[in-house]
Amino acid sequence: MTATSVLAAEHLDRLFQALARREYTCVGPTVRDGAIVYDRIEGAADLPRGFTDTQAPGEYRLERRDDDACFAYVVGPHSWKKYLFPPERRLWRLRRSDGSIERVDADEPPPRYAFIGVRACEIAALLIQDRVFTGGPHSDTYYGRAREDAFVVAVSCTESAPTCFCSSMGTGPAVTGDCDLALTELVGEQHVFLVEAHSPAGRELVDELDLQPAATEQEHAARAAVGAAAQQERALDPEGLPELMGKSLESPRWDEIAERCLACANCTLVCPTCFCSDVEDISDLTGEHAERWRRWDSCFNPGFSYLHGGDVRRATAAKYRQWLTHKLGTWVEQFDTSGCVGCGRCITWCPVGIDITAEVPKLAKGEAS
Amino acid sequence: MKDIGQMVAEHPFFEGLAAEHATLIAGCGGLAVYDPGAYLARAGSPAEHFFLIRHGKVALEVRPPGQDTFILDSVSAGEMMGWAWLYEPYVWQFDARAMDLVRVIEFDGACLRGKCEADPALGYDLMKRFARVMVQRFVDTRLQLMDVYGSRD
Amino acid sequence: MAVGTERAAASADDVWVPRPWVVRSATREIGDTVTLEIEPRDASAARPVAPGQFMMLYIFGVGEVPISVSGTGPTSGLLHTVRDVGAVTHALCNLGVGDVLGARGPFGSAWPIDEHKGCDVVIAAGGIGLAPLRPVVRHVLERRGEYDDVVVLYGSRQPDQLLYTPEFERWRAAGIQVEVTVDHADQTWDGHIGVVPTLVRHARFQVDEAAAFLCGPEVMMRFMAQELVDRGVVPERIHLSLERNMKCAVGMCGRCQLGPEFLCLDGPVFPWTRVERLMAVPEL
Repeated sequence: MTATSVLAAEHLDRLFQALARREYTCVGPTVRDGAIVYDRIEGAADLPRGFTDTQAPGEYRLERRDDDACFAYVVGPHSWKKYLFPPERRLWRLRRSDGSIERVDADEPPPRYAFIGVRACEIAALLIQDRVFTGGPHSDTYYGRAREDAFVVAVSCTESAPTCFCSSMGTGPAVTGDCDLALTELVGEQHVFLVEAHSPAGRELVDELDLQPAATEQEHAARAAVGAAAQQERALDPEGLPELMGKSLESPRWDEIAERCLACANCTLVCPTCFCSDVEDISDLTGEHAERWRRWDSCFNPGFSYLHGGDVRRATAAKYRQWLTHKLGTWVEQFDTSGCVGCGRCITWCPVGIDITAEVPKLAKGEAS
Repeated sequence: MKDIGQMVAEHPFFEGLAAEHATLIAGCGGLAVYDPGAYLARAGSPAEHFFLIRHGKVALEVRPPGQDTFILDSVSAGEMMGWAWLYEPYVWQFDARAMDLVRVIEFDGACLRGKCEADPALGYDLMKRFARVMVQRFVDTRLQLMDVYGSRD
Repeated sequence: MAVGTERAAASADDVWVPRPWVVRSATREIGDTVTLEIEPRDASAARPVAPGQFMMLYIFGVGEVPISVSGTGPTSGLLHTVRDVGAVTHALCNLGVGDVLGARGPFGSAWPIDEHKGCDVVIAAGGIGLAPLRPVVRHVLERRGEYDDVVVLYGSRQPDQLLYTPEFERWRAAGIQVEVTVDHADQTWDGHIGVVPTLVRHARFQVDEAAAFLCGPEVMMRFMAQELVDRGVVPERIHLSLERNMKCAVGMCGRCQLGPEFLCLDGPVFPWTRVERLMAVPEL
């Protein structure tokens, strides 16, 4: 049983200081451009204190709270993948020399990140991307190093959005491990964080903070708050989804979805597990140097499935089918896990509000009839 | 030497044919040999026969005005060639040229039509065999039309 | 901390970087198709290659394409037969002896030839699809006694687009039945006319003893596989090589997916039974 300690909100900066002493680059939630995004943060003052988000299909709004809660929002458009699997990264630089080619850059070590405010669903997403990038016959060294070095400060959700469905997917809202520290924020008479260490590095840091043990009623309050966040209006039953996806490949529902889908790729960009990428080869004007850049791509983008002068998947219906059947279906065969963690980002950030928790039952119904 | 009835029965086109039907059909057939370059059929001429190819290869051709002769299809040993004898006006639509030494059993169309009219069971059996080949060639032609080797650039 | 991460033996950064390879020979096969024999500049970059696998070939500053290995050359280099259809393949087709290109690999699955020792072998190819199958023909030639009847069924659009025709007599001399067809021809052509699946009618092999290896346009392979199954070939013994867009070749860019399959890792060679249903779904 992990011992729970208490960190007073006014002392939250001590956590940042302890991480800074360990030379971590802190990244976490902060308010920017009318949303809560992940960025470099220096201390508690950068957190979205007193803010929350309201979400619905195709809708996201930042709102003021009447308290000073730092983590009383759900998830924004960003996810941690942008640090481990950067939106664009140079893979190598080559030089023409002596009639041959040689690599002239070295693998740059990724920053040692401390991720502040990682949600339970996002831990699930990290575990999924671990399999994608480091679980196969080949490994993405950059991802592997960044991931191995990262210090994960997770925060259990005490709020959930109408777009959340982590409860049904079994990925949240409570943080139960796979992190260094797990926090639960309590606001009320006292504004405190209950802190649990889930790794040796986490325990060492907690020891350094010299915290008091949590009172039983505080632990009860924390459980109640997280329990309330587990009451979610949306749900997706993961049982049998791969089979359903496999059977639905020629369902007429894809055409119905395609009538709304703009193929804008938002869902894939906000998804914390989507991993498709493109590479671009470029050379300088002298022709002496060439580089390869890897960039996020999307199965919705034109050219993604290009073959012999045309795209294999041209219709939006085919592109949406690829996305959903991969995410919920073939992903399981490939990585022994669903690609969906129930974070709801694809619902919120879809400009036309396509809701996968609504579309899946329609596919199931179509299958049944 | 084998008689025609035996050759008919052994040809893949007539696989499983009832013995009495083989005898009936063989009665309309005769053996023929075509030298390389000889024509088994000419577009526009009366289609009085069909052929079971026993040896060699036959090119089905068309010659568009002002262009070189174009081979549409080839038919080889073990296959059947010619169905214009089945329907009025009994006229060949394409040239059929022996690509090498071609040995065939040549059947008289009018003779066969008469026997089929007289014996619907024979007629139905023969028609099924022709339909099957026609469907196969139709499918092959569709695939050929797709020009699968072309790049779309 | 290491949260669920496992260090894999090979690092992607290594496999991402093209190594210098040198062109040992360049032979124009037909109008738009060239066979390059290439060798690694540094022998340590050489890896064992199995028939059916592919390499990522890179032209400095232009880009990279997956190209199947089409054999080993006289000086033990790897052969790649490249058709000039885009910027990178155009540059590849214009390389000369001594030129340096980049290469990564080999990647992907191999033709299961050894698993079918003692079988009759049907090799069916369309167009450039004969290139990935030529190593199979050569493998069988070198071990002719280990296989029973061997048939090569090959087709292209027209006679001047047929690959490797000078080798056919050698194949025939070794007792391999080689049947060639084209979609269109004039009277100078004395082979078959028609699509590749029609050649099965002329092929001499025992259906219940046969293993088949197919490569060519996807539609051709579907019809071919169906024709073989209709004739009684065991579906599990039919294998084919598929093609999709790929950028990484190591299962990470996500582009080469066909249903659950990553063509770069799980393919390009698949048993027909594993991909039959996927190939039938339009735009999958």
